[in-house]
Amino acid sequence: MSTPDPVVSTLLLNPTVCDGRGLCHHAAPDLIDLDEWGYPILPGGGLRADLTKAQVKAAEDATHACPVLALHIEKRKQ
Amino acid sequence: MGRLGIETRSSLSMHLSQYGALPAIAQRHGRTPGALVGELEKSGLRGRGGGWFPAFRKWNAVVDSSVERGRFNRTRHPVVIANGMEGEPASAKDAVLMASSPHLIFDGIAAAAATIGATDAFLALHRDSNLLPILTKALDERHAAGIDSMTIALVTPPARYVASEESALSHWVGEGIATPVYPDRPFQKGAAGRPTLVQNVETLSHVSLVARYGGDWYREVGVPSAPGTTLVTVGGAVAEEGVVEVPTGTPVHEIIQMCGGTTEPIRGYLTGGYGGGWIAAEGFDRTPWDPDSVRDAGAVFGASLMWLIGESECPLTEMARVSAWMAGESAGQCGPCIYGLPSISDDIHHLAMRHMSDAEMKRLEARLKLVQNRGGCKHPDGTARFVSTGLKAFSDEVALHLDRRCSVSTSRPVSRPGTEGSLPVPLPRLALVDVSGRDFE
Repeated sequence: MSTPDPVVSTLLLNPTVCDGRGLCHHAAPDLIDLDEWGYPILPGGGLRADLTKAQVKAAEDATHACPVLALHIEKRKQ
Repeated sequence: MGRLGIETRSSLSMHLSQYGALPAIAQRHGRTPGALVGELEKSGLRGRGGGWFPAFRKWNAVVDSSVERGRFNRTRHPVVIANGMEGEPASAKDAVLMASSPHLIFDGIAAAAATIGATDAFLALHRDSNLLPILTKALDERHAAGIDSMTIALVTPPARYVASEESALSHWVGEGIATPVYPDRPFQKGAAGRPTLVQNVETLSHVSLVARYGGDWYREVGVPSAPGTTLVTVGGAVAEEGVVEVPTGTPVHEIIQMCGGTTEPIRGYLTGGYGGGWIAAEGFDRTPWDPDSVRDAGAVFGASLMWLIGESECPLTEMARVSAWMAGESAGQCGPCIYGLPSISDDIHHLAMRHMSDAEMKRLEARLKLVQNRGGCKHPDGTARFVSTGLKAFSDEVALHLDRRCSVSTSRPVSRPGTEGSLPVPLPRLALVDVSGRDFE
Protein backbone atom coordinates (compact mmCIF):
# COMPACT_ATOMS: atom_id res chain seq x y z
CA MET A 1 0.00 0.00 0.00
CA SER A 2 1.35 3.38 -0.96
CA THR A 3 0.44 6.40 1.15
CA PRO A 4 -1.34 9.24 -0.70
CA ASP A 5 0.89 12.04 -1.92
CA PRO A 6 1.06 14.89 0.60
CA VAL A 7 -0.78 18.11 -0.18
CA VAL A 8 1.73 20.89 -0.81
CA SER A 9 -0.49 23.77 -1.88
CA THR A 10 -4.05 24.81 -2.71
CA LEU A 11 -5.45 26.09 -5.98
CA LEU A 12 -8.01 28.88 -5.47
CA LEU A 13 -10.57 30.12 -7.98
CA ASN A 14 -12.34 33.45 -7.58
CA PRO A 15 -15.63 32.89 -9.43
CA THR A 16 -16.58 36.60 -9.38
CA VAL A 17 -13.45 37.36 -11.44
CA CYS A 18 -13.58 34.35 -13.80
CA ASP A 19 -14.89 35.19 -17.27
CA GLY A 20 -15.05 31.66 -18.62
CA ARG A 21 -12.36 32.19 -21.26
CA GLY A 22 -11.33 28.56 -20.76
CA LEU A 23 -7.58 29.06 -21.14
CA CYS A 24 -6.90 27.30 -17.83
CA HIS A 25 -8.45 24.14 -19.24
CA HIS A 26 -6.31 24.35 -22.37
CA ALA A 27 -3.17 24.86 -20.28
CA ALA A 28 -3.99 22.06 -17.83
CA PRO A 29 -6.66 19.76 -19.31
CA ASP A 30 -6.00 16.97 -16.82
CA LEU A 31 -6.42 19.25 -13.83
CA ILE A 32 -9.22 21.60 -14.85
CA ASP A 33 -12.41 20.61 -16.64
CA LEU A 34 -14.98 22.96 -18.17
CA ASP A 35 -18.71 22.85 -17.50
CA GLU A 36 -21.37 23.03 -20.22
CA TRP A 37 -21.17 26.85 -20.15
CA GLY A 38 -17.38 26.96 -20.45
CA TYR A 39 -16.53 27.73 -16.83
CA PRO A 40 -13.74 25.86 -15.02
CA ILE A 41 -14.35 22.94 -12.68
CA LEU A 42 -11.52 22.36 -10.22
CA PRO A 43 -10.77 18.88 -8.83
CA GLY A 44 -13.46 18.21 -6.20
CA GLY A 45 -15.86 20.65 -7.85
CA GLY A 46 -15.47 23.56 -5.42
CA LEU A 47 -13.49 26.80 -5.34
CA ARG A 48 -10.45 25.31 -3.57
CA ALA A 49 -8.50 22.25 -4.65
CA ASP A 50 -5.68 20.62 -2.73
CA LEU A 51 -2.61 20.01 -4.90
CA THR A 52 -0.01 17.30 -4.62
CA LYS A 53 3.54 17.99 -5.72
CA ALA A 54 2.83 16.25 -9.03
CA GLN A 55 -0.10 18.61 -9.74
CA VAL A 56 1.65 21.89 -8.95
CA LYS A 57 3.19 22.34 -12.42
CA ALA A 58 -0.19 21.97 -14.14
CA ALA A 59 -1.80 24.33 -11.62
CA GLU A 60 0.93 26.92 -12.29
CA ASP A 61 0.38 26.61 -16.04
CA ALA A 62 -3.36 27.15 -15.57
CA THR A 63 -2.80 30.10 -13.22
CA HIS A 64 -0.37 31.79 -15.63
CA ALA A 65 -2.74 31.19 -18.56
CA CYS A 66 -5.65 33.02 -16.95
CA PRO A 67 -5.97 36.48 -18.54
CA VAL A 68 -8.09 37.87 -15.70
CA LEU A 69 -6.10 36.51 -12.73
CA ALA A 70 -8.98 34.44 -11.37
CA LEU A 71 -6.69 31.61 -10.23
CA HIS A 72 -4.21 31.67 -7.35
CA ILE A 73 -1.96 29.12 -5.72
CA GLU A 74 -1.56 29.24 -1.97
CA LYS A 75 1.43 27.41 -0.49
CA ARG A 76 0.65 25.15 2.46
CA LYS A 77 2.31 26.26 5.67
CA GLN A 78 4.70 23.49 6.61
CA MET B 1 -47.16 36.64 25.09
CA GLY B 2 -44.08 37.47 23.09
CA ARG B 3 -40.91 39.23 24.09
CA LEU B 4 -40.54 41.39 21.01
CA GLY B 5 -43.85 43.25 21.20
CA ILE B 6 -44.98 42.60 17.63
CA GLU B 7 -48.65 43.04 18.57
CA THR B 8 -48.47 46.82 18.97
CA ARG B 9 -46.77 49.69 17.21
CA SER B 10 -44.54 51.23 19.85
CA SER B 11 -43.55 54.87 20.03
CA LEU B 12 -40.44 55.71 22.06
CA SER B 13 -42.47 56.48 25.20
CA MET B 14 -44.42 53.22 24.90
CA HIS B 15 -41.17 51.36 24.31
CA LEU B 16 -39.55 52.92 27.40
CA SER B 17 -42.53 52.20 29.61
CA GLN B 18 -42.59 48.57 28.46
CA TYR B 19 -38.88 47.73 28.53
CA GLY B 20 -37.26 50.59 30.45
CA ALA B 21 -34.21 52.48 29.24
CA LEU B 22 -31.30 50.55 27.81
CA PRO B 23 -28.76 50.18 30.64
CA ALA B 24 -25.30 51.72 30.19
CA ILE B 25 -23.34 49.49 27.81
CA ALA B 26 -19.66 48.86 28.64
CA GLN B 27 -17.47 50.15 25.82
CA ARG B 28 -14.81 48.14 24.07
CA HIS B 29 -11.28 48.85 25.36
CA GLY B 30 -8.55 47.98 22.88
CA ARG B 31 -8.71 44.27 22.25
CA THR B 32 -11.32 43.66 24.97
CA PRO B 33 -14.91 43.95 23.77
CA GLY B 34 -17.56 45.26 26.16
CA ALA B 35 -19.02 42.90 28.77
CA LEU B 36 -22.18 42.40 26.71
CA VAL B 37 -20.29 39.83 24.61
CA GLY B 38 -20.02 37.64 27.72
CA GLU B 39 -23.76 37.90 28.31
CA LEU B 40 -24.39 37.08 24.66
CA GLU B 41 -22.27 33.96 24.97
CA LYS B 42 -24.20 32.97 28.09
CA SER B 43 -27.52 33.66 26.33
CA GLY B 44 -26.67 31.35 23.43
CA LEU B 45 -28.21 33.89 21.03
CA ARG B 46 -27.85 32.85 17.40
CA GLY B 47 -28.32 35.05 14.33
CA ARG B 48 -31.89 35.22 13.02
CA GLY B 49 -31.05 36.16 9.43
CA GLY B 50 -30.95 32.54 8.35
CA GLY B 51 -27.45 31.32 9.21
CA TRP B 52 -28.08 30.91 12.95
CA PHE B 53 -24.44 31.65 13.68
CA PRO B 54 -23.65 32.32 17.38
CA ALA B 55 -23.80 36.10 17.82
CA PHE B 56 -20.94 36.41 20.31
CA ARG B 57 -18.53 34.66 17.90
CA LYS B 58 -19.31 37.13 15.16
CA TRP B 59 -18.81 40.08 17.50
CA ASN B 60 -15.49 38.70 18.78
CA ALA B 61 -14.35 38.09 15.20
CA VAL B 62 -15.03 41.73 14.30
CA VAL B 63 -13.08 42.97 17.34
CA ASP B 64 -10.18 40.60 16.59
CA SER B 65 -9.92 41.67 12.98
CA SER B 66 -10.14 45.32 14.03
CA VAL B 67 -7.16 44.80 16.39
CA GLU B 68 -5.29 42.84 13.71
CA ARG B 69 -5.80 45.56 11.11
CA GLY B 70 -4.75 48.22 13.62
CA ARG B 71 -1.33 46.55 13.91
CA PHE B 72 -0.75 47.27 10.23
CA ASN B 73 -2.10 50.82 10.41
CA ARG B 74 -5.06 49.95 8.26
CA THR B 75 -8.55 51.35 8.59
CA ARG B 76 -9.84 49.51 11.57
CA HIS B 77 -12.85 51.11 13.23
CA PRO B 78 -15.71 48.62 12.95
CA VAL B 79 -19.03 49.32 11.28
CA VAL B 80 -22.42 47.93 12.34
CA ILE B 81 -25.07 47.20 9.75
CA ALA B 82 -28.51 46.05 10.86
CA ASN B 83 -29.93 43.91 8.08
CA GLY B 84 -33.60 44.75 7.61
CA MET B 85 -33.60 43.93 3.90
CA GLU B 86 -35.74 40.80 4.21
CA GLY B 87 -34.98 39.72 0.68
CA GLU B 88 -37.09 36.57 0.98
CA PRO B 89 -40.37 37.46 -0.77
CA ALA B 90 -42.34 34.97 1.34
CA SER B 91 -40.92 36.26 4.64
CA ALA B 92 -42.54 39.08 6.60
CA LYS B 93 -41.09 38.75 10.08
CA ASP B 94 -38.53 41.55 9.81
CA ALA B 95 -41.07 43.97 8.33
CA VAL B 96 -43.53 43.19 11.15
CA LEU B 97 -40.78 43.68 13.74
CA MET B 98 -39.53 46.94 12.24
CA ALA B 99 -43.07 48.32 12.06
CA SER B 100 -43.95 47.37 15.66
CA SER B 101 -40.75 47.56 17.70
CA PRO B 102 -38.24 49.81 15.93
CA HIS B 103 -36.71 50.98 19.21
CA LEU B 104 -35.78 47.46 20.30
CA ILE B 105 -33.78 47.22 17.06
CA PHE B 106 -32.14 50.63 17.46
CA ASP B 107 -31.27 49.78 21.09
CA GLY B 108 -29.60 46.62 19.80
CA ILE B 109 -27.64 48.58 17.20
CA ALA B 110 -26.45 51.08 19.83
CA ALA B 111 -25.48 48.27 22.21
CA ALA B 112 -23.58 46.43 19.47
CA ALA B 113 -21.73 49.56 18.36
CA ALA B 114 -20.54 50.36 21.90
CA THR B 115 -19.54 46.77 22.64
CA ILE B 116 -17.39 46.29 19.55
CA GLY B 117 -16.17 49.90 19.31
CA ALA B 118 -17.92 50.73 16.05
CA THR B 119 -17.86 54.33 14.88
CA ASP B 120 -20.60 54.05 12.26
CA ALA B 121 -23.96 52.31 12.38
CA PHE B 122 -26.57 51.74 9.70
CA LEU B 123 -29.94 50.14 9.27
CA ALA B 124 -30.44 48.78 5.75
CA LEU B 125 -33.84 48.21 4.23
CA HIS B 126 -35.12 47.66 0.73
CA ARG B 127 -35.37 50.79 -1.33
CA ASP B 128 -39.09 50.34 -1.99
CA SER B 129 -39.92 49.47 1.61
CA ASN B 130 -42.98 51.22 3.02
CA LEU B 131 -41.36 51.18 6.46
CA LEU B 132 -39.08 54.11 5.70
CA PRO B 133 -41.42 56.73 7.28
CA ILE B 134 -41.92 54.64 10.44
CA LEU B 135 -38.19 54.13 10.94
CA THR B 136 -37.35 57.75 10.13
CA LYS B 137 -39.90 58.88 12.71
CA ALA B 138 -38.49 56.47 15.30
CA LEU B 139 -34.98 57.82 14.70
CA ASP B 140 -36.27 61.40 15.01
CA GLU B 141 -37.84 60.51 18.37
CA ARG B 142 -34.52 59.11 19.60
CA HIS B 143 -32.64 62.13 18.33
CA ALA B 144 -35.04 64.51 20.12
CA ALA B 145 -34.70 62.49 23.34
CA GLY B 146 -30.91 62.41 22.96
CA ILE B 147 -30.60 58.75 23.90
CA ASP B 148 -28.03 57.62 21.32
CA SER B 149 -24.42 58.72 21.57
CA MET B 150 -23.88 58.07 17.86
CA THR B 151 -25.91 58.63 14.73
CA ILE B 152 -27.69 55.64 13.25
CA ALA B 153 -28.27 56.16 9.53
CA LEU B 154 -30.90 54.53 7.32
CA VAL B 155 -29.60 53.19 4.03
CA THR B 156 -31.70 51.78 1.19
CA PRO B 157 -29.88 49.39 -1.14
CA PRO B 158 -31.59 48.15 -4.32
CA ALA B 159 -34.48 45.76 -3.74
CA ARG B 160 -32.67 42.72 -5.12
CA TYR B 161 -32.49 39.26 -3.58
CA VAL B 162 -28.71 39.00 -3.35
CA ALA B 163 -28.36 42.62 -2.18
CA SER B 164 -29.47 41.33 1.26
CA GLU B 165 -26.49 38.96 1.48
CA GLU B 166 -24.12 40.30 4.13
CA SER B 167 -21.09 40.92 1.92
CA ALA B 168 -23.30 42.62 -0.68
CA LEU B 169 -24.76 44.80 2.04
CA SER B 170 -21.39 45.93 3.37
CA HIS B 171 -20.21 46.40 -0.24
CA TRP B 172 -23.12 48.73 -0.81
CA VAL B 173 -22.62 50.69 2.40
CA GLY B 174 -18.91 51.06 1.66
CA GLU B 175 -18.74 51.45 -2.11
CA GLY B 176 -22.32 51.83 -3.32
CA ILE B 177 -22.23 48.53 -5.20
CA ALA B 178 -24.80 45.95 -4.12
CA THR B 179 -23.04 42.78 -5.29
CA PRO B 180 -21.63 40.00 -3.08
CA VAL B 181 -17.89 40.07 -2.44
CA TYR B 182 -15.58 37.06 -2.67
CA PRO B 183 -13.47 35.91 -0.84
CA ASP B 184 -13.27 38.61 1.89
CA ARG B 185 -15.86 38.25 4.60
CA PRO B 186 -17.45 41.39 6.13
CA PHE B 187 -16.06 40.75 9.62
CA GLN B 188 -12.54 40.89 8.12
CA LYS B 189 -12.88 43.49 5.41
CA GLY B 190 -16.35 44.86 4.95
CA ALA B 191 -17.74 48.34 4.34
CA ALA B 192 -14.92 50.52 2.91
CA GLY B 193 -12.44 47.83 3.98
CA ARG B 194 -13.42 48.10 7.65
CA PRO B 195 -14.38 45.16 9.89
CA THR B 196 -18.15 45.06 9.66
CA LEU B 197 -20.76 43.43 11.85
CA VAL B 198 -23.81 42.59 9.77
CA GLN B 199 -26.62 41.35 11.97
CA ASN B 200 -30.28 40.74 11.24
CA VAL B 201 -32.74 43.20 12.82
CA GLU B 202 -34.46 40.46 14.81
CA THR B 203 -31.11 39.36 16.25
CA LEU B 204 -30.40 42.93 17.33
CA SER B 205 -33.76 43.22 19.08
CA HIS B 206 -32.89 40.06 21.03
CA VAL B 207 -29.52 41.68 21.82
CA SER B 208 -31.28 44.61 23.45
CA LEU B 209 -33.21 42.17 25.66
CA VAL B 210 -29.99 40.37 26.67
CA ALA B 211 -28.46 43.78 27.48
CA ARG B 212 -31.41 44.56 29.75
CA TYR B 213 -32.16 41.27 31.46
CA GLY B 214 -29.01 39.19 31.02
CA GLY B 215 -28.01 35.93 29.37
CA ASP B 216 -29.51 33.62 32.02
CA TRP B 217 -32.91 35.28 31.69
CA TYR B 218 -32.67 34.98 27.94
CA ARG B 219 -32.17 31.20 28.09
CA GLU B 220 -35.28 30.64 30.20
CA VAL B 221 -37.38 29.95 27.13
CA GLY B 222 -36.64 27.96 24.00
CA VAL B 223 -34.36 25.00 23.35
CA PRO B 224 -30.80 24.96 24.77
CA SER B 225 -29.23 24.70 21.31
CA ALA B 226 -30.94 27.90 20.10
CA PRO B 227 -32.48 29.65 23.10
CA GLY B 228 -35.09 32.38 23.18
CA THR B 229 -38.06 33.08 21.01
CA THR B 230 -38.21 33.26 17.25
CA LEU B 231 -40.47 35.10 14.87
CA VAL B 232 -42.07 32.78 12.32
CA THR B 233 -43.66 33.76 9.02
CA VAL B 234 -46.49 31.36 8.17
CA GLY B 235 -48.04 31.45 4.72
CA GLY B 236 -49.90 29.43 2.12
CA ALA B 237 -52.72 27.07 3.03
CA VAL B 238 -53.47 28.42 6.52
CA ALA B 239 -56.54 30.35 7.67
CA GLU B 240 -54.57 33.43 8.77
CA GLU B 241 -51.22 34.04 7.11
CA GLY B 242 -48.92 36.13 9.24
CA VAL B 243 -46.09 36.37 11.71
CA VAL B 244 -46.08 34.82 15.18
CA GLU B 245 -43.52 34.80 17.97
CA VAL B 246 -42.92 31.44 19.66
CA PRO B 247 -40.27 29.90 21.92
CA THR B 248 -37.85 27.90 19.77
CA GLY B 249 -38.81 24.22 19.83
CA THR B 250 -42.57 24.84 19.57
CA PRO B 251 -44.03 22.01 17.46
CA VAL B 252 -44.97 22.95 13.91
CA HIS B 253 -48.63 21.96 14.38
CA GLU B 254 -48.97 24.38 17.33
CA ILE B 255 -47.63 27.20 15.17
CA ILE B 256 -50.14 26.28 12.45
CA GLN B 257 -52.94 26.30 15.06
CA MET B 258 -51.89 29.83 16.08
CA CYS B 259 -52.58 30.77 12.45
CA GLY B 260 -56.08 29.31 12.49
CA GLY B 261 -55.16 25.86 11.19
CA THR B 262 -54.87 24.57 7.66
CA THR B 263 -57.44 25.29 4.95
CA GLU B 264 -57.01 22.00 3.07
CA PRO B 265 -54.99 18.77 3.22
CA ILE B 266 -51.29 19.68 3.09
CA ARG B 267 -48.85 17.98 0.74
CA GLY B 268 -45.68 19.77 1.74
CA TYR B 269 -43.91 22.75 3.24
CA LEU B 270 -41.41 25.20 1.93
CA THR B 271 -39.20 26.10 4.88
CA GLY B 272 -36.47 28.68 5.32
CA GLY B 273 -37.21 30.73 2.20
CA TYR B 274 -36.58 30.55 -1.54
CA GLY B 275 -32.99 29.62 -0.72
CA GLY B 276 -34.35 27.04 1.71
CA GLY B 277 -35.98 23.75 0.92
CA TRP B 278 -39.16 21.71 0.51
CA ILE B 279 -40.24 18.87 2.74
CA ALA B 280 -43.12 16.43 2.31
CA ALA B 281 -45.96 16.93 4.79
CA GLU B 282 -45.81 13.38 6.19
CA GLY B 283 -45.03 13.71 9.91
CA PHE B 284 -43.37 17.12 9.63
CA ASP B 285 -45.99 18.89 11.78
CA ARG B 286 -44.67 17.11 14.88
CA THR B 287 -41.19 18.58 14.38
CA PRO B 288 -40.04 21.10 17.01
CA TRP B 289 -39.47 24.47 15.27
CA ASP B 290 -35.81 25.12 16.02
CA PRO B 291 -32.79 25.08 13.68
CA ASP B 292 -31.33 21.74 14.72
CA SER B 293 -34.60 19.78 14.90
CA VAL B 294 -35.74 21.15 11.55
CA ARG B 295 -32.39 20.29 9.98
CA ASP B 296 -32.55 16.78 11.45
CA ALA B 297 -36.01 16.39 9.93
CA GLY B 298 -34.46 17.11 6.53
CA ALA B 299 -35.73 20.68 6.13
CA VAL B 300 -34.08 24.09 6.29
CA PHE B 301 -34.72 26.55 9.12
CA GLY B 302 -33.21 29.58 7.38
CA ALA B 303 -35.16 32.77 7.99
CA SER B 304 -37.79 30.90 10.05
CA LEU B 305 -40.58 30.75 7.56
CA MET B 306 -42.94 27.98 6.57
CA TRP B 307 -45.16 27.99 3.53
CA LEU B 308 -47.83 25.30 3.38
CA ILE B 309 -48.77 23.93 -0.01
CA GLY B 310 -52.11 22.13 -0.23
CA GLU B 311 -53.32 19.38 -2.49
CA SER B 312 -55.14 21.85 -4.73
CA GLU B 313 -51.83 23.28 -5.96
CA CYS B 314 -49.16 21.86 -8.24
CA PRO B 315 -45.84 22.21 -6.43
CA LEU B 316 -43.88 21.95 -9.68
CA THR B 317 -45.66 25.00 -11.06
CA GLU B 318 -44.71 26.87 -7.89
CA MET B 319 -41.11 25.73 -8.29
CA ALA B 320 -41.07 26.89 -11.89
CA ARG B 321 -42.36 30.35 -11.00
CA VAL B 322 -39.98 30.85 -8.09
CA SER B 323 -36.89 29.39 -9.79
CA ALA B 324 -37.37 31.74 -12.75
CA TRP B 325 -37.47 34.67 -10.37
CA MET B 326 -34.40 33.40 -8.50
CA ALA B 327 -32.49 33.05 -11.77
CA GLY B 328 -33.32 36.66 -12.59
CA GLU B 329 -32.07 37.79 -9.18
CA SER B 330 -28.49 36.69 -9.85
CA ALA B 331 -25.97 39.48 -9.42
CA GLY B 332 -24.46 38.29 -12.69
CA GLN B 333 -20.93 37.80 -11.38
CA CYS B 334 -20.28 34.05 -11.59
CA GLY B 335 -20.75 31.81 -14.64
CA PRO B 336 -22.45 28.87 -12.92
CA CYS B 337 -25.08 31.30 -11.58
CA ILE B 338 -25.45 33.42 -14.77
CA TYR B 339 -25.96 30.38 -17.01
CA GLY B 340 -26.76 27.58 -14.59
CA LEU B 341 -29.81 29.07 -12.86
CA PRO B 342 -31.70 29.95 -16.08
CA SER B 343 -30.92 26.45 -17.41
CA ILE B 344 -32.29 24.87 -14.24
CA SER B 345 -35.33 27.13 -14.29
CA ASP B 346 -35.97 26.21 -17.95
CA ASP B 347 -35.81 22.54 -17.07
CA ILE B 348 -38.31 22.98 -14.24
CA HIS B 349 -40.65 24.84 -16.58
CA HIS B 350 -40.48 21.93 -19.00
CA LEU B 351 -41.28 19.58 -16.17
CA ALA B 352 -44.17 21.68 -14.87
CA MET B 353 -45.55 21.96 -18.41
CA ARG B 354 -45.22 18.17 -18.82
CA HIS B 355 -42.81 18.33 -21.76
CA MET B 356 -39.90 16.75 -19.97
CA SER B 357 -38.04 13.76 -21.37
CA ASP B 358 -36.11 11.33 -19.16
CA ALA B 359 -32.85 12.54 -20.71
CA GLU B 360 -33.69 16.13 -19.79
CA MET B 361 -34.52 14.99 -16.27
CA LYS B 362 -31.08 13.40 -15.95
CA ARG B 363 -29.47 16.58 -17.26
CA LEU B 364 -31.40 18.62 -14.68
CA GLU B 365 -30.14 16.42 -11.87
CA ALA B 366 -26.57 16.85 -13.12
CA ARG B 367 -27.00 20.63 -13.40
CA LEU B 368 -28.32 20.86 -9.85
CA LYS B 369 -25.04 19.37 -8.63
CA LEU B 370 -22.95 21.35 -11.10
CA VAL B 371 -23.88 24.82 -9.78
CA GLN B 372 -23.15 24.08 -6.13
CA ASN B 373 -20.09 25.37 -4.25
CA ARG B 374 -19.00 27.36 -7.28
CA GLY B 375 -20.37 30.84 -6.61
CA GLY B 376 -19.00 33.90 -4.82
CA CYS B 377 -22.13 33.74 -2.68
CA LYS B 378 -24.63 30.99 -1.91
CA HIS B 379 -27.35 32.15 -4.31
CA PRO B 380 -26.81 29.27 -6.80
CA ASP B 381 -26.57 26.76 -3.94
CA GLY B 382 -29.82 28.02 -2.42
CA THR B 383 -31.66 27.92 -5.74
CA ALA B 384 -30.38 24.42 -6.49
CA ARG B 385 -31.49 23.30 -3.04
CA PHE B 386 -34.92 24.86 -3.58
CA VAL B 387 -35.32 22.75 -6.73
CA SER B 388 -33.62 19.51 -5.65
CA THR B 389 -35.51 19.28 -2.33
CA GLY B 390 -38.75 19.94 -4.24
CA LEU B 391 -38.04 17.12 -6.70
CA LYS B 392 -37.46 14.82 -3.73
CA ALA B 393 -40.42 15.94 -1.59
CA PHE B 394 -42.84 15.72 -4.52
CA SER B 395 -41.36 12.70 -6.31
CA ASP B 396 -44.87 11.29 -6.98
CA GLU B 397 -45.82 14.51 -8.73
CA VAL B 398 -42.55 14.47 -10.70
CA ALA B 399 -43.30 10.93 -11.89
CA LEU B 400 -46.81 12.00 -12.96
CA HIS B 401 -45.44 14.97 -14.90
CA LEU B 402 -42.85 12.82 -16.68
CA ASP B 403 -45.87 10.74 -17.70
CA ARG B 404 -47.51 13.94 -19.09
CA ARG B 405 -49.99 14.14 -16.22
CA CYS B 406 -50.59 16.33 -13.19
CA SER B 407 -52.58 15.58 -10.02
CA VAL B 408 -54.07 19.07 -10.01
CA SER B 409 -54.89 19.97 -13.58
CA THR B 410 -55.79 16.87 -15.56
CA SER B 411 -57.09 18.53 -18.71
CA ARG B 412 -55.73 22.07 -18.85
CA PRO B 413 -52.17 22.37 -20.11
CA VAL B 414 -50.06 24.61 -17.91
CA SER B 415 -49.27 27.08 -20.62
CA ARG B 416 -47.84 29.90 -18.55
CA PRO B 417 -46.37 28.66 -15.30
CA GLY B 418 -44.83 32.05 -14.72
CA THR B 419 -48.13 33.83 -14.35
CA GLU B 420 -50.31 31.96 -11.90
CA GLY B 421 -49.74 30.44 -8.51
CA SER B 422 -49.56 31.20 -4.83
CA LEU B 423 -45.99 31.83 -3.67
CA PRO B 424 -45.22 35.55 -3.92
CA VAL B 425 -42.97 36.39 -6.87
CA PRO B 426 -42.20 40.10 -7.09
CA LEU B 427 -42.49 41.87 -10.41
CA PRO B 428 -39.24 42.29 -12.32
CA ARG B 429 -37.53 45.51 -11.34
CA LEU B 430 -34.74 45.45 -13.88
CA ALA B 431 -35.98 48.57 -15.63
CA LEU B 432 -35.83 50.61 -12.45
CA VAL B 433 -32.77 49.48 -10.55
CA ASP B 434 -29.16 49.10 -11.54
CA VAL B 435 -27.91 46.04 -9.68
CA SER B 436 -24.32 47.19 -9.76
CA GLY B 437 -24.74 50.57 -8.24
CA ARG B 438 -26.82 53.35 -6.89
CA ASP B 439 -30.14 54.29 -8.40
CA PHE B 440 -30.52 56.39 -11.50
CA GLU B 441 -32.64 59.10 -9.86
